[in-house]
Amino acid sequence: MSEEQIKNLEAQFEARIARDEKIEPKDWMPEKYRKTHIRQMSQHAHSEIVGMLPEGNWITRAPSLRRKVALLAKVQDEAGHGLYLYSACETLGVSRDELYEQLHSGKAKYSSIFNYPTVTWADMGAVGWLVDGAAIINQVPLCNTSYGPYARAMVRVCKEESFHQRQGFEIMMKLANGTPEQKELAQDALNRWWWPSLMMLGPTDAESIHTEQSMKWKLKRKSNDDLRQQFIDQTVPQAELIGLTIPDPDLKWNEERQSYDFGEINWDEFWQVVKGHGPMNKERMKARVGAWEEGEWVRDAAMAHAEKKQARKQKQAI
Amino acid sequence: MSDKKNWPLWEIFVRSKNGLEHRHFGSLHAADAEMALENARDVYTRRNEGVSIWVVESKNITASNPEHNGEMFEPAQDKVYRHPTFYDLPDEVKHM
Amino acid sequence: MKQNLYNYILGIADNSLILGQRLGELTGHGPSLETDIACTNISLDLFGQVRSYFQYAAKIAGDNRTEDDIAMLRKEREYVNVLLVEQPNRDFAYTMARQFLFDVYHLLFLQKLEKSKDLTLSAIATKSIKEVSYHERFSGDWIKRLGDGTEESKTKMQDAIDGLWTYTDELFHQTEADKAMVAEGIGVDVTKLKETYYKKVNEILEEATLEIPESKWFQKGGKDGIHTEHLGYLLAELQYMQRAYPNMEW
Repeated sequence: MSEEQIKNLEAQFEARIARDEKIEPKDWMPEKYRKTHIRQMSQHAHSEIVGMLPEGNWITRAPSLRRKVALLAKVQDEAGHGLYLYSACETLGVSRDELYEQLHSGKAKYSSIFNYPTVTWADMGAVGWLVDGAAIINQVPLCNTSYGPYARAMVRVCKEESFHQRQGFEIMMKLANGTPEQKELAQDALNRWWWPSLMMLGPTDAESIHTEQSMKWKLKRKSNDDLRQQFIDQTVPQAELIGLTIPDPDLKWNEERQSYDFGEINWDEFWQVVKGHGPMNKERMKARVGAWEEGEWVRDAAMAHAEKKQARKQKQAI
Repeated sequence: MSDKKNWPLWEIFVRSKNGLEHRHFGSLHAADAEMALENARDVYTRRNEGVSIWVVESKNITASNPEHNGEMFEPAQDKVYRHPTFYDLPDEVKHM
Repeated sequence: MKQNLYNYILGIADNSLILGQRLGELTGHGPSLETDIACTNISLDLFGQVRSYFQYAAKIAGDNRTEDDIAMLRKEREYVNVLLVEQPNRDFAYTMARQFLFDVYHLLFLQKLEKSKDLTLSAIATKSIKEVSYHERFSGDWIKRLGDGTEESKTKMQDAIDGLWTYTDELFHQTEADKAMVAEGIGVDVTKLKETYYKKVNEILEEATLEIPESKWFQKGGKDGIHTEHLGYLLAELQYMQRAYPNMEW
């Protein structure tokens, strides 16, 4: 194809997206669109499955059977969401195994927040309430993104996620209304998860490299800073409702903006964790790589068995 | 890794309830059809979403090429006589 | 309190509790995402059953204890699950072999429990049969896949079956509570399940091209609360919150 032809196709392509048409896997698409989507969808998928680990950490120690089944179901959903998103990536011609390899080799990123440890049971509350809360803010607009398989996966994800945040908030509420010791657990968890949750919504707009293109492709509908503000504005009243204090001395309602002003985020910490220096980066990768490597003989055996069965069937047919 | 045989990809179709058609729900990996059915049950019907599942190995699906969409689908656009509104009938005619 | 009925329920429920807990350890660490999701489903089914049993047991006990008190606040010697279900997840072959050896028993047991004169137990059994039929098919399929898969998987699966075989006979031992409940038409006579059990298990093992272990020496003790060393650690996790933060609601 000549350069001009490609330019022409690109213009048509952008026009389709601007008209809110969906792009489907076999449609022509600019290489950059394909690559950007693989990157974003796989990062998202990786985040789901790495995200299983900090919460999985408390399954065996959940304080009641009711909490245990809820947590099991939630972590299981995350596996499901990872699976939907890996499948969406696969429509663009990249296999799940390749994507795993990118994750395991450190080439691919996942949400940094999962590199923080879940230290107490209250962290199950804080993660559900804050981390899922922040994730939902990011995810809901993606149900309308331009790439069909991604949008469809996100519709399913968002539908299933609706119980996750409630699950977390309920844990926090119960703790906050419990004994002084329980309330302290809840406050401590909020203190530790608040700032990482704000960071989770991504670097400030000035530092964010992908935003403009992503907006055009509807991979992103609002800027990181807008999402962060939305998250803060909706979460602060929830904290007040259950009598917990947001760990930010600069947090103040701004009458004029009808929004909360908030303190400085420690971006140095953010970038250090992204670069692999968070408290749990190594542990998380060890767990993922370990599960994959220990599972290899199982996956191989299943394939060998399937082939034997197939061969027997064919022999019978002759 | 390239000579490794990975679990192939399967497309999953679920009937939500009797009376409805099977609808494409998504895909997953499985070593064989039985496993694909089991996995589909656990992955796609955890919330009571289905009463029947079909699984098809993805490579067995033949898809039309969007580049041929013009010749494939556009010729049907102007065949208005296939639609009831093409025909003029007096208002007095009922039940037609 | 109907002590025998209470003990009898614990005997059933503890198996599901401990096995559910073992499977819960694996969530996030399965050999593939699909398998991970499936094993978690089994764990969730088991915990669902556990809650029904313990809610019933709490009602019978009538001493203000809740399902969680019963599940999490007993001492080591008061858990009466069979030794089989407390065995650790050494590898996926062990996990599936343990599951299969229990599922076959579990289904046979529930099919009889459904006929119990005790309507609550009968209702729990009816619901559980559907779940456990699926578990048995799932684990049985994996026995065949791994047994008749690669050389490596066959060795691993044979090891697992050999290693766990010694815990199978205990499934068919009768406790005092068992005998009393059988006499009242409430309980299941487990001694009568044994023949069918080994027949079914052996069939699948043969189909999986695995050897049926010849060992005739069997371990026992779980039903009397005498466990392997593994259980203590499992309980330490299961009970951690209730022990560290006593008398609180969660």
